[in-house]
Amino acid sequence: MLGLNKKDTGLFIFVICVTALAPFIMNPFPADSAMAQFNAGYPDLMQRFVIFGIFAIGFNILFGLTGYLSFGHAAFLGAGSYAAVWMFKLLSYNIVPAIILSVIVAGLFSVIIGFISLRRSGIYFSILTLAFAQMSFAMAYSVLTPLTNGETGLQVYNDDPQWLKGNGPDATHFFGLEMRSTFDLDIGAWSFSFNVGYYFCAVLMLVAFYLSMRIFRSPFGLMLRAIKTNQTRLNYTGLNSRPYTLAAFVISGMYAGLAGGLMASMDPLAGAERMQWTASGEVVLMTILGGAGTLLGPLLGAGFIKYFENIFSKINESVLHGWFGFLPDGIENGLIWVIEHFVGSGWHLTLGLLFMLIVIFLPGGLMEGATRIRDRFSGDKNKKDTEGKYAPAGE
Amino acid sequence: MGILEIQNVNKSFGGLKALQNVNLNIEEGTIHAIIGPNGAGKSTLLNCFVGKLVPDTGTVTFDGHSLLGKKPHEINQIGVSRVFQTPEIFSDLSVFENVMIPCFAKRDGAFELNALSRVQGQTDIREKAEQMLIDVNMIDKRDMIASSMSRGDKRRLEMAMCLAQDPKLLLLDEPTAGMARADTNNTIELLAQIQDKRHITMGVIEHDMHVVFSLAQKISVLAQGTVIVEDLPENIKGHPKVQEAYLGTAH
Repeated sequence: MLGLNKKDTGLFIFVICVTALAPFIMNPFPADSAMAQFNAGYPDLMQRFVIFGIFAIGFNILFGLTGYLSFGHAAFLGAGSYAAVWMFKLLSYNIVPAIILSVIVAGLFSVIIGFISLRRSGIYFSILTLAFAQMSFAMAYSVLTPLTNGETGLQVYNDDPQWLKGNGPDATHFFGLEMRSTFDLDIGAWSFSFNVGYYFCAVLMLVAFYLSMRIFRSPFGLMLRAIKTNQTRLNYTGLNSRPYTLAAFVISGMYAGLAGGLMASMDPLAGAERMQWTASGEVVLMTILGGAGTLLGPLLGAGFIKYFENIFSKINESVLHGWFGFLPDGIENGLIWVIEHFVGSGWHLTLGLLFMLIVIFLPGGLMEGATRIRDRFSGDKNKKDTEGKYAPAGE
Repeated sequence: MGILEIQNVNKSFGGLKALQNVNLNIEEGTIHAIIGPNGAGKSTLLNCFVGKLVPDTGTVTFDGHSLLGKKPHEINQIGVSRVFQTPEIFSDLSVFENVMIPCFAKRDGAFELNALSRVQGQTDIREKAEQMLIDVNMIDKRDMIASSMSRGDKRRLEMAMCLAQDPKLLLLDEPTAGMARADTNNTIELLAQIQDKRHITMGVIEHDMHVVFSLAQKISVLAQGTVIVEDLPENIKGHPKVQEAYLGTAH
């Protein structure tokens, strides 16, 4: 179906089902129960899942296939966001021109950075991209203030022209359909939210995922994997690696731009911190945590990190007291003193530990874990790790 | 007139003169061996053919094209393929994918953004790659990951990858270095077969005299950066200059 083999079609249908049913899947606990803390089915977070999913899918096309580790992809995310907000300021709150422009701007930006950075490989490439991203970040704060509105961040003001607005809505919308509008469904004790913005992002994420599957299985994808394994042989086979890596870089830059444009479309403001190196590092973590070079890995990694960031960071002392209230006071306080360092503002500690554990025991990321579990259950010892990665194109 | 002509090539690294006024002609359709003691400049010379090094002076002409200043992939696209001392293959990919890549390079040139078609749908490429694997007797290993094979098989695969491009000139840098005797003989057989079937011109750099004398139709002996003798194999064996280069002067 759609030019995919049977296994990929199955995977794609699985992803479609999960994203479509996400409002149910993310809210497994009744709204008033103590476990409601762990529900992730609110619009804001679900939007972030799919937007960062797009970001990570694109990053994986560069890093997972060619092995070029870019440490500056947040620059494209930020550029996309700024472009989108400018469209809101000048035209209207319709997100279509905003998203188109954000992809184009990020694409052009990545052509320039890629053209220069790809002259080097390995650590030098990483450092060059990092330097460019930090430079963009610093410039967005200072000299580019007329374009970026500096520290305040770029946002839409009442006196902005918005030439095409007319009587259109006052919030971001897709031809009249407002991104923030949410339909709440209450079934018994459970409550589920269906948000327009989430579904809009989800559709684009599915398109992005489909394109990445096609790239993985294409001759282009094969060449990118060849670059990762042996660039010397590739050059002596009559192939020029430079345009291949540049194309991969620009494609992943455009994915980042799309993610940035969507972020601004959900909440029409853009700040320079979106370009900072921590944001670039986050997408690297997502991809490695999920499994670089796998199709589903980056999505899993993005979901995993965003879930922890938003759920673990919300658990505070009073929540912990609620959980452990049944224990004797001394033990309760001791236990809470230990745990509180791992939750709330300390969630980075938990994330760091998990990341270390995964990289040490599952170098292939969560996807490797999933493959091992599946192999254990199917009892097939001959199927080794290569399964979960990319099926050899020679099938 | 040879297919590869090297005239007055000089190359020095700092104070070391690696090549001095080298002249060499490789005739079309022959196997031409370049031998010489360690440090004679054999590998430097080869690197000047393939674009890895640029000679200080002199000309390198292949089939009417000057090779000076061309990049490795450009030189390959006009018909020069190279086998390395340690097999350079795509070790993380399957054997079949390894052979498909040069087939793509042959068909599409140095760059083609073929991002939305499917590898599985490329029937012409797949058939050619399959035929290539049958030719080198590796079809049963087609789905193996290349890194898991023996060194002899890796060499065989590398050869298949080079041949998939139908090169006009195949350069081999010590194709049997570090191989067991049986693997060496297999390689000799394979090269002889290729020469028989495809009449590809080959330039072989080799240490192993057994290999050189079983294959070469012409031999150039390199010592201290210059070609001291160029002759037919039967005249090389007893040549006094060659013995001098290898064993030192008799005092």
